Amino acid sequence: MWNTLVSIFPYAIAYTIPMLMTSLGGLYSERSGVTNLGLEGLMLVGYFASAITIKMTEATLGVQALPLGLLVGVAAGAVFSLLHAFASINLKADQVISGTAINMLAAALTVYLARTISGSGNVRILMGIVRKNIPMLSRVPIIGPLFFSQTYWTTWLCLAIWALSWILLYKTSFGLRLRACGEHPSAVASAGINVHHMRYFGVAMSGALAGLGGSVILITYSGEFSGTVAGLGFLSIAALIFGQWKPLGILGATFFFGIATTIANVSQVIPSLAVIPPVFFKVFPYVATLIALVLFSKNSAAPKASGEPF
Amino acid sequence: MKHVKIREKQSNAFLVAVSAVVLGLVAGAILMASIGSNPFTGFWFLFRGGLMNIERVGNTMATATTLMLVGLSVAFAFKTGLFNIGASGQMLIGGLCATLVAHYVFLPRPLYLIVLILAALLGGALWGVIPGFLKAKFNVHEVVATIMMNWIAYWSIYYFIPAYLKGPSLETESASIAVTQSLRTPWLTKLFNGSYMNLGFFIAIISVIVIKLILDKTTLGFSLKAVGSNRHCAEYAGIKVNRNVVISMMIAGGLAGLAGLSFYTGYSRNMQIGVMPAQGFDGIAVALLGASSPLGVLFSSLFFGILQSGKGFMNAMTSVPPEIADTIIAVIIYFTATSVLFKRFWDAVLKRQGDKAKKKEESAQAEVKKEGE
Repeated sequence: MWNTLVSIFPYAIAYTIPMLMTSLGGLYSERSGVTNLGLEGLMLVGYFASAITIKMTEATLGVQALPLGLLVGVAAGAVFSLLHAFASINLKADQVISGTAINMLAAALTVYLARTISGSGNVRILMGIVRKNIPMLSRVPIIGPLFFSQTYWTTWLCLAIWALSWILLYKTSFGLRLRACGEHPSAVASAGINVHHMRYFGVAMSGALAGLGGSVILITYSGEFSGTVAGLGFLSIAALIFGQWKPLGILGATFFFGIATTIANVSQVIPSLAVIPPVFFKVFPYVATLIALVLFSKNSAAPKASGEPF
Repeated sequence: MKHVKIREKQSNAFLVAVSAVVLGLVAGAILMASIGSNPFTGFWFLFRGGLMNIERVGNTMATATTLMLVGLSVAFAFKTGLFNIGASGQMLIGGLCATLVAHYVFLPRPLYLIVLILAALLGGALWGVIPGFLKAKFNVHEVVATIMMNWIAYWSIYYFIPAYLKGPSLETESASIAVTQSLRTPWLTKLFNGSYMNLGFFIAIISVIVIKLILDKTTLGFSLKAVGSNRHCAEYAGIKVNRNVVISMMIAGGLAGLAGLSFYTGYSRNMQIGVMPAQGFDGIAVALLGASSPLGVLFSSLFFGILQSGKGFMNAMTSVPPEIADTIIAVIIYFTATSVLFKRFWDAVLKRQGDKAKKKEESAQAEVKKEGE
């Protein structure tokens, strides 16, 4: 059992991180008052942009191409999300429809462009991040092998972003204002703060972080742009709800979902897990989210003005 | 006066839809040009691919069939103020039920077709009624619930098909059903020169008519629309809001289930795993472009059917990737969502024209007056 756990943990963490970033992006957006169903598409944009960047620069830049790709992925996600921001903030459009349009547009556009670059529509990069043990910490019993062995540097970067976001959203006056925009925008406006600017920030952050999530998928476990993120963006939305729109909640939820996904993927090769059909683990996050929604329906923690134009 | 006002509004909805389509096509043209292809040849082959001969027309109609039923599903839910983003999952489950019937039930043809249709209808309705129930009973937002239901269906089928309906060669798709067990019939196949055209098209047309009748002529339709336009007002008037929400989602799910029937046992004859049917989302575009009216859905689904079925031919004849069709559809959705822009634009244009006409009239009257003096 212990060996199984040690062997699947790095994979579970690798799955968790892209979801955590995307979910955190969703948190920024929803807390500022804009529902963002386009996370799946925004992830895909980051995934694609970083794949193209790395492919074009890896011959000359070598390993340096990876961080560059990451940055371009973040920027591409942020820029693409402005389409959603413009529709839902300036034009007061239906945010669900706009988000759906973002998903469809990203899915079609990235594959369209990828096909013009390589016929099959897949963009393969030569190298990913090399996994490393953290010196000292990886030798600590129990948590060493679980958390500090075979890690990617992006994992630590993303966790730092998560921690900083928590501080930004919950310990600064800026964060208070941003969250207030999602609860009672007119109160914020009457305090002399531009709600539209705050919401633009929230949506752009969601694009940037979802783009980061997509890029991380590429340079950690995938190594190839394949035209889809297979529902990870929607899973991140589920994690956002399951985590009740709170940073610690989404950390727990994404990790939970990451473990479930990993177990489903490996359960056929690990006998001690094969007793439970993998479908159980795959549908678990979605069923759990539905149950959470039912349980918390009386006092939902969702931002009150999320989805409401201002 | 009132009558004129309504007509003006309608022409606006039409203008908005046309503007969105034109901008979608323009975006497509720009994308084609950006990779060095000639947009005119691109579009020429795109439309030829959908309409060139009777076989391709048949394929276009078969493609449009699925889009029509999904569009109808989304539009019907819209009328009750619900957003059914879960048509993909409902299609999958409806299609799965139909596929199971096609594999295991053998009956005389008319009876068999009824059983087949009912199976798909029930499967889709089940997948739709769950979010409806959660919405009515626990106030769970139907958008989130239907997305979750989509992925539950996706993964269930991902594991169900290899386990119970595995095809002879590939692990990733179900065994094909016999042609005689599908919605295809010899006379239609012959008429359309061997295309995918199947009985599903008539199911879709009948559904359009039935939904139009339900919405326009029945008490149920009236109360559904009342809930959609103002929930509280409907409740005050004694309409059971929750019951209507459940019924609306059930019918919407059933329609999407029929779309699954037309796609998995008509257009194709097997189910592939690991594919979330894109029609579930294209149907949102169909419903929006058709202004959520059954007839609008009918026409917009034919338009999108041409785009979707012509893209393969275009790809074969030019260097434009087939995803151009999906890009155009996505752009159209985006511009329908942001229709406020066009509404403002056309309102301004119409107003200016109206003002001009008024001025003309006034000056003409003034002249008449002058002449009189």
